[in-house]
Amino acid sequence: MGKTLAEKILSLKSGCDARAGDIVIARVDLAFAQDTTGPLTVRQFQAGKFKSLANPSQTVLFFDHAAPSPNRELASDHQFMRQFARETGCLISDVGGGVCHQLVAESLAKPGDVIVGADSHTVTAGALGAFATGMGSSDVAVVFALGKTWFRVPESIKISTTGELRQGVMAKDLVLQLIGAIGADGATYKALEFGGEGLRNLKISDRLTIANMAVEAGAKVGLFPSDRVTRGYLNHQKRGEDYQPLAADNNAGYESEIHIELAALEPTVAKPHQVDNTAPARELKGTKIDQVFIGTCTNGRLEDIATAAEILKGKKRHPRIRFIVAPASPQILLDAISAGYIRTLVEAGAAIMPPGCAACLGLHQGVLASGEACLSTANRNFKGRMGSPEAFIYLGSPATAAATVITGEITDPRDVM
Amino acid sequence: MLKGKAFKFGDNISTDHIIPGRYAYLRSNLPELAKHVMEDADPDFAGKVNKGDFIVGGSNFGLGSSREHAPLVIKMAGVSAILAKSVARIFFRNAINLGLPVLICDTNGICDGDELEVDLAGGTVYDKTSGQKLSFSCLPEVMLDILDKGGLVPYIQKYGDFRL
Repeated sequence: MGKTLAEKILSLKSGCDARAGDIVIARVDLAFAQDTTGPLTVRQFQAGKFKSLANPSQTVLFFDHAAPSPNRELASDHQFMRQFARETGCLISDVGGGVCHQLVAESLAKPGDVIVGADSHTVTAGALGAFATGMGSSDVAVVFALGKTWFRVPESIKISTTGELRQGVMAKDLVLQLIGAIGADGATYKALEFGGEGLRNLKISDRLTIANMAVEAGAKVGLFPSDRVTRGYLNHQKRGEDYQPLAADNNAGYESEIHIELAALEPTVAKPHQVDNTAPARELKGTKIDQVFIGTCTNGRLEDIATAAEILKGKKRHPRIRFIVAPASPQILLDAISAGYIRTLVEAGAAIMPPGCAACLGLHQGVLASGEACLSTANRNFKGRMGSPEAFIYLGSPATAAATVITGEITDPRDVM
Repeated sequence: MLKGKAFKFGDNISTDHIIPGRYAYLRSNLPELAKHVMEDADPDFAGKVNKGDFIVGGSNFGLGSSREHAPLVIKMAGVSAILAKSVARIFFRNAINLGLPVLICDTNGICDGDELEVDLAGGTVYDKTSGQKLSFSCLPEVMLDILDKGGLVPYIQKYGDFRL
């Protein structure tokens, strides 16, 4: 029998004939932590009395979750991480550098890589054909030291796509609808592998959004093949030499298969307090919103900001709405300025945050009060995530978010386009 | 043999229920952080739990963030093991990496407050209150070894590498 993408990559990196269910030790091409998991990662590294990093140039500490630091405690954590970087020679991406997963996609991840990060959304790099997965601080500390880790080779669920997204419908709607259908544990321990002719119509920005949320169905990885779209993206990033084609074998064994017709998808929203609690945006008309947040590793890319700017051109935010936008990287911020999107959004009433995670996890830049509701383009709506446990988080696409900015209530973007 | 009382929770207890992200500023001050364990699932939990007690979840326990502080504060609260119908993968690995046993079994019959006895080697749970006996699925060998050494860092210190 042929191999899935997960089996192929883990076979290559472990030197074994890796099959679903096997346990293998694989070389890791890139390991990283961010500023809320980094301090414990460093402490576990020190507790292990490891002398040095296995690969300093493939080890990164990112400052994005609470950067610039909002208080003394986190400032001191940042200081601790910078000290570790000086001592070990690992790379750092400091304040304003952007969201770790976006920077990994722009500059570091290659098709066929194994990537481990102390952040659950490390799965994002699966968009480029990398076996990328989140782990905790102990696991990542050991990868820092040894350059390898153990994996149970996951069974794969094939998601085959056909067709093209309709106007007003985005990749976010695809992944929300998928998670709504299979549930928040629908892919636990498994790989989601995307394929089919519909992939031709999904750009890397779309694939990053989809891979990013694979973990919200419990998946270990969300994998896309490396194809012409991947090559185009890597060329655009001036990393053409990092490209290699990569696809599952035609006769690979999948645990199950799900078909998605892109043209059949509708703008979709996840309601509080679970990502699989989904409904069509139109059904939620009338749901009043206090804050709209566009950004994060899920939807803080240029294409997302462009979509929002297109909808908001010449419009103003509803008087009740606080409108927060955080581009996911400096490259995105600069491109959005050049294209005039930032001007459009500021004229519509947006507050622009520096590249980083911003309001996503309740640490700064848009913390919610009790009773408030937020429509966010992020990936999680758990109780208490953005501040008060009595707040309500709805997840939607940048188009749905922009439409909601105008009306002050959850709005299907096709109703304002 | 582990002995203690069951604290029963429902399905989909996330890492934000276990230790909310808003307390990230306390992550380098573990004794303070630990006071907020399970706060958004049961605000009184930290005051009620005793050394040796068990957290009993439903399906998909520990979904969400990769924060190892989630199993860490549970361990600091004195919890001797987590029992659940299923567990999210990052949380599962994190708990074992800290030497905190996670046992997959059908928890439907266990009620809040039941007195439990867990035989880790034998793979059984005895609910003294209901008289029910359960068995839990065996961990992969590498995880059993990590658990046996008290966690991943002591395991690597002992062997210097992974052993399959």
